[in-house]
Amino acid sequence: MSSPSLGTSKENPTVLPSKRPINVKKIAKRALQYGTLLFVTLIMVGPFLWLLATSLKSGSENIFAYPPQFIPEKITFGNYVEVMEFFPFWRYLFNSVVVSVVTVLLNIVFCSLAAYPLARMNFRGKNIVFVLILSTMMVPFQLLMIPIYLLALDLGLQNTYAGLILPHATTAFGIFLMRQAFLTIPYELDESARMDGANAFQIWWRVLMPLVKPSLVTLAIFTFMMAWGDFLWPLIILNDTSMYTLPLGVNTLAGSFSANWRYIAAGSIISILPIIIIFAILQRHFIAGAMKGAVKG
Amino acid sequence: MKSNPLTPFLFLIPGVIILGAFIFYPMLNAIWLSFTDYNIVADAEFIGLENYKELFADALFWKVLGQTLLYLIIVVPALVILPIFLAILVNQQVKGIGFFRSAYYVPVVTSMVVVGIAWKWVYADRGILNYILESFGLIDEPINWLTSTSTSIFAVMVVTIWKGLGYYMVIYLAGLQSIPDDLYEAADIDGATKWKQIWHITVPLLMPSIMIVTIMSSISAMKVFEEIYVMTGGGPLNSSKTLVFYIYEEAFDKLQMGYASAAGVVLFVITLIFSVINIKFMSKKESDIKG
Repeated sequence: MSSPSLGTSKENPTVLPSKRPINVKKIAKRALQYGTLLFVTLIMVGPFLWLLATSLKSGSENIFAYPPQFIPEKITFGNYVEVMEFFPFWRYLFNSVVVSVVTVLLNIVFCSLAAYPLARMNFRGKNIVFVLILSTMMVPFQLLMIPIYLLALDLGLQNTYAGLILPHATTAFGIFLMRQAFLTIPYELDESARMDGANAFQIWWRVLMPLVKPSLVTLAIFTFMMAWGDFLWPLIILNDTSMYTLPLGVNTLAGSFSANWRYIAAGSIISILPIIIIFAILQRHFIAGAMKGAVKG
Repeated sequence: MKSNPLTPFLFLIPGVIILGAFIFYPMLNAIWLSFTDYNIVADAEFIGLENYKELFADALFWKVLGQTLLYLIIVVPALVILPIFLAILVNQQVKGIGFFRSAYYVPVVTSMVVVGIAWKWVYADRGILNYILESFGLIDEPINWLTSTSTSIFAVMVVTIWKGLGYYMVIYLAGLQSIPDDLYEAADIDGATKWKQIWHITVPLLMPSIMIVTIMSSISAMKVFEEIYVMTGGGPLNSSKTLVFYIYEEAFDKLQMGYASAAGVVLFVITLIFSVINIKFMSKKESDIKG
């Protein structure tokens, strides 16, 4: 132990002076890196922190003070307790969860079902079907919202979960994504399963679906974010407030308490907690999924 | 074993029914409605090109169309360029970088309603933005960001850009991570500055991602609605209205379903131009993947 350290200590005095400026430079570089990262963080989450601070200020504090005061004089959760009386948070959360989860499940099943023959079977009209499906990506929902609304009225879907879910139950993006995933799997797997007597449905469910799990996760996260954050369609199809999802609920809250910023701030913060918690737990998948989604198309 | 010729169609049925009922049928119906005077109350009557004539004679239509293009011209370049720098920033190998990536992604996962509320508070007359600008001496008195005709649409654009940054950052991050490190090492040895490296190595190799982001951000800028609905309601004096907001109002406030459908068809034609490029680009990518 002692002899090698002796050997290096001999060199140390000559090395150290030249090493010191390098270290200072390194530290300065790190400081600059973290400084920039923190500054951008402030821009990206600052508006939410500002809202959070406002929601924690008591009624006796002037929230319109100028210069603005970021730190509350006395932190209170009173606004949260009071706003819950007017804001049926749990009801809205329940609606949002039902709509998002069912939309995700239907997309996973319907998109991968449709993608399977498009990726791995030969049949007449395959290319036409695929092109027609892809072409739906070109049609903006904003053109369709009027006829879909009229159709939903005819089908009695106004103010129902089905009305919120069905128009988004399959997406061309999802079919495209799953088709790409199925294309990468070797055909020998289908062949050997077929020899073992499996039918097409069994091959799809038992052989292929377990192998495309990463793509299913990507699809699930994309669909979930779309369904969870959707605003325009629920706004059109719902007029019964008990069916409102969280974004619509917060919008109504902001409209009815336009003078009480403490309540609006508290309601807004409560309403984003569920998605922030889900994101915090699954952030790796959110970001990996978005990266893969981009690479794939 | 003989395979049943109907099998492929059994798999396709659920998805195709949904897409047919909620995209193909509505699309044909929208085109039909645009030639009628349908207003929910009375039966639809065919009126030929009347809606289109009325639309093209409406000064407000041209105003919102112009504002939609203004939106594209400002928001798309911002969303193509700024996230590149964010991606470079979070592609550094330092401790805790995962935290920063996630923090920048938070606006993406948050609903636009809450984002709009948060920014309304930032933009308030006696709000934090006015205070910061004043204390740096950039403005003399508070600006009414959302309630003045000259600033409202730009204030909303900032929010659209801010909310999209994280999403496109991640797309660029995927692109950056496919660029081999030794290119930068070689450039370092040659003494190229960071800016030169970005311009001569990063940007050219990031071109596929830049294409994707350009197309995605222009299609979504075309359809902007929520931030306007939440923050300005299209006002003041229609100064922040875009095409989709106009369609929404005509259809669901004024119940002019036929007229609004004509405006929708115009939106469709414009989006089509962007989407055709999109599909072409994607099928090219696909054939690249297949080899």
